[in-house]
Amino acid sequence: MNIINAILVLGIMGALFGLVLAIASKVFHVETDPRQDEILSVLPGANCGGCGFPGCGGYAAAIVEGTAPINSCAAGGAECVEKIAAIMGIEAGEVEKCVALVRCSGGPNASKKYEYLGIHDCLSASRMPGGGPLECSYGCVGLGSCVAACKFDAISVTDGLAHVDHEKCVGCLACIDACPKNVIIKVPYAADITVACSSTDKGAVLRKYCNIGCIGCKICEKACPHDAIHVVDNLAVIDYSKCVSCGICVQKCPRKLIVDSRLNKEHDVEVSA
Amino acid sequence: MSFTSILSIALGAILVENFILVKFLGICPFMGVSKKMDTALGMGLAVVFVMGLASVFTWLVNEYLLIPLGLAYMQTVAYILVIAALVQFVEMFLQKTVPALYEALGIYLPLITTNCAVLGVALLNTQYGYNFIESVVYGITGGLGFTVAIVLFASVRERLEFSEYPEAFEGFPIALVSAGLISLAFMGFSGLRVW
Repeated sequence: MNIINAILVLGIMGALFGLVLAIASKVFHVETDPRQDEILSVLPGANCGGCGFPGCGGYAAAIVEGTAPINSCAAGGAECVEKIAAIMGIEAGEVEKCVALVRCSGGPNASKKYEYLGIHDCLSASRMPGGGPLECSYGCVGLGSCVAACKFDAISVTDGLAHVDHEKCVGCLACIDACPKNVIIKVPYAADITVACSSTDKGAVLRKYCNIGCIGCKICEKACPHDAIHVVDNLAVIDYSKCVSCGICVQKCPRKLIVDSRLNKEHDVEVSA
Repeated sequence: MSFTSILSIALGAILVENFILVKFLGICPFMGVSKKMDTALGMGLAVVFVMGLASVFTWLVNEYLLIPLGLAYMQTVAYILVIAALVQFVEMFLQKTVPALYEALGIYLPLITTNCAVLGVALLNTQYGYNFIESVVYGITGGLGFTVAIVLFASVRERLEFSEYPEAFEGFPIALVSAGLISLAFMGFSGLRVW
């Protein structure tokens, strides 16, 4: 008799709860836009946060609400924007691909104040007395906080200097937030000429601790036929809206600091061939 | 029903008989959602909420349904049914009526539907013979104990990220070792009582 009781009670309880849940799912039904799931499926799904929303889901919801532009996803690139545009039924705008650039060429060229053996993290190192182990207070500490922040395996540290692989970099710029020295900046992917130094110290001061950094000699500024490179606060800065990648500054720079990435690429090709 | 007995239950649930560190219930979310402090806190609050509600409803079901019908031996099954349905219902209810709270708890609610700490609190209420108010207090403070443990553990794990240890301990092994050490520390509370 007891067993029938048990079956009855639990059966009725189960059926009752099921019924309540079924009614509740109708009563408390929340309309979600089907486009949201579609957009989520075309986004890269890396949840890098480069768009400024909490993950791809948050960005998809914001697009559907109309509070976010459709071209904020750096990781997905133009292809992704087109797909989102198709889902939302609006025109895709041009989106320029940007990548991260480590504005430091220090590494073995920069002298150190002391050997740092503490916690293996740039923030910890840069909070040491004197702003970190490097004599240069602007340079890359080289402990790889940016490497840890990069979800696309695009940054590596060699000889105490971080380097961004521009082919792998999607421009989510998570490394910029991770870098306590603010040595990483955003540059157009199309930029061939880069000045990899962020020191605004005077040339005489800089020479004492770095063999490569910008001394602000203005030779590049005078040599540039397109008015695209200027020395501001003892540091050469390229205006990419004017730069035509002619490479004259690369040849003129007495410190060999200005780099033409095309030369490196050709060089790589020669090596591999 | 005195104030001291309530205080005694609360102190017991939070420190002396902490659900995770002393009773070893609810280890799954404890390991899974303790990598970051803020998610750990969110999880902890969701557990407080669910454990409190589960205590209320399981006590009612036990007192007015199972005991009168002589079905006390079906407690475990009945409790799982009640808690699972309750959490599902609460989740739907929150999504519609309090979207902000749903956003905060939403990811964690389904995770703890039939978590053993939640089922544990219901079964222990019956086992200890608590009355209604005592059950609710035990449920909520048990959840608070869970929150204390998971937040402590998350802060330890955040520091572990920057520590050096043998490579073989990478990930869960070192987390389990540190959880064991925290648990040992909580043994220090055994014997603590309020008269």
